[in-house]
Amino acid sequence: MISIQGLYKQFGNLEVLKGIDLEVEKGNVVVIIGPSGSGKTTMLRCLNVLETPTKGIISIEGNTLDFSGTVPKKNIASFRRLTGMVFQSYNLFPHKTALGNVMEGPVIVKNENKDHARKKAQALLEKVGLEDKVDFYPAQLSGGQQQRVGIARALAMEPKVMLFDEPTSALDPELVGEVLKVMKDLANEGMTMIVVTHEMRFAREAADEVIFMDQGVVVERNRPEIIFTNPKEDRTRKFLNMIQ
Amino acid sequence: MKMYLNSIFTDPERTARLMDIAQSSFLPLLKGAIFYTIPLTIITFIVGLILAILTALARISHVKVFQMIARVYVSAIRGTPLLVQLFIIFYGLPNIGIIIDSYIAAIIGFSLSVGAYTSEIIRAAILSTPKGQWEAGYSIGMSYSQVLRRIILPQAARVSIPPLSNSFISLVKDTSLASLVLVSEMFRKAQEIAASNYEFLLVYSEAALIYWVICFILSIIQQVFEKKLDRYV
Ligand SMILES: Nc1ncnc2c1ncn2[C@@H]1O[C@H](COP(=O)(O)OP(=O)(O)OP(=O)(O)O)[C@@H](O)[C@H]1O
Ligand SMILES: [Mg+2]
Repeated sequence: MISIQGLYKQFGNLEVLKGIDLEVEKGNVVVIIGPSGSGKTTMLRCLNVLETPTKGIISIEGNTLDFSGTVPKKNIASFRRLTGMVFQSYNLFPHKTALGNVMEGPVIVKNENKDHARKKAQALLEKVGLEDKVDFYPAQLSGGQQQRVGIARALAMEPKVMLFDEPTSALDPELVGEVLKVMKDLANEGMTMIVVTHEMRFAREAADEVIFMDQGVVVERNRPEIIFTNPKEDRTRKFLNMIQ
Repeated sequence: MKMYLNSIFTDPERTARLMDIAQSSFLPLLKGAIFYTIPLTIITFIVGLILAILTALARISHVKVFQMIARVYVSAIRGTPLLVQLFIIFYGLPNIGIIIDSYIAAIIGFSLSVGAYTSEIIRAAILSTPKGQWEAGYSIGMSYSQVLRRIILPQAARVSIPPLSNSFISLVKDTSLASLVLVSEMFRKAQEIAASNYEFLLVYSEAALIYWVICFILSIIQQVFEKKLDRYV
């Protein structure tokens, strides 16, 4: 359903992604782990084209962008709507309430009727456990609550795949659980997800597949129980030893 | 000095005359303020602000030509006196056949000036909005102009309200320069009245007082506005 072929990304002289190939089945949860600077964020950002890949082909449910040539802006905008992005630093719109944040995409981008969008947004906020915070501004919410609004905001666009870039690493430890729970619920509902995280418990419990990235390449990919107990590659083993 | 003060307080006839002039000039001055100074300020500020937003966007755009035009415009306006600009527009342009009504000339001159000066305020405010806000907007499928209008400018507005209010208040006072291109705004009215009765101190002070009151009211509005915008910080 999602496929990445020969994805390269260069910042100036620095080659960050060096030919990533990856396939994700519909409904699967893929967790990406790897050392700092290995290109995890860059790969996610390429997937929703916040970064323009240097070359490579990405495709989601039959929509394909080929970066060997120039890609029209219009195609990028429509491709982007297939993905929902959850940021490490939430990036909520501070001048809008929780409800306003979630309604923004449907109303402005999809031209949905406001009442309809409001009902949908309320339902989404309820789903992430924030039905009593709809009228709060981001500054009035805890980090965990803000991140859950961030998830609801991304879901409101009804993406085919949800991308999470270290969604819990800016959170106080006691708030991590509430966000992970929402993510697990999503996974159980069959949402296709690509998650960059250092939460190994989440990887073990929710992932269908774990990918270990290092220095811009996919070093190893396997089911979590295999990666965590019996990795094939030395580099994977070293990394796991280091973080555990 | 002493004589003047003495005469005001000791010569009842003179006191009465001054009171009379103060009273009779108040209404014309107020009219000048209400029909010229204030509208001139408001129109100019709105046009100037639109110019400023366009200029700021040109400055941060990736199109070199836009950047250049914006830079030259800001540099030229900031590098020349406002009075000289007004004179070029009103007295200079007729030499090449462009004749502009004094009021319109003043609007053009002041707008260009406001546009250049406040574009820097708006540019700084836009740049102060975190990059993550752009990305969050894009990530839910918004276009550049949607992100700009819905996400960035509202946040930039909050940051730029205090400096913009200061520009607005300065503009109220700067409009007195329009008297020199024959706009019958408040200060020109004051000049006309004073020329007829020679009570320069009194009449000009009266005009000053009206400017002060206007600016005082504006600064109160500014405070209320800022409090309101502070809500979500
Ligand atoms: N916009 C950019 N310009 C230049 N270099 C960049 C840019 N973004 C990322 N890089 C570089 O690319 C490399 C990979 O960064 P990336 O953020 O993808 O790593 P990561 O795996 O997400 O790391 P972390 O675990 O620290 O988040 C780093 O060396 C980083 O400095
Ligand atoms: Mg990262």
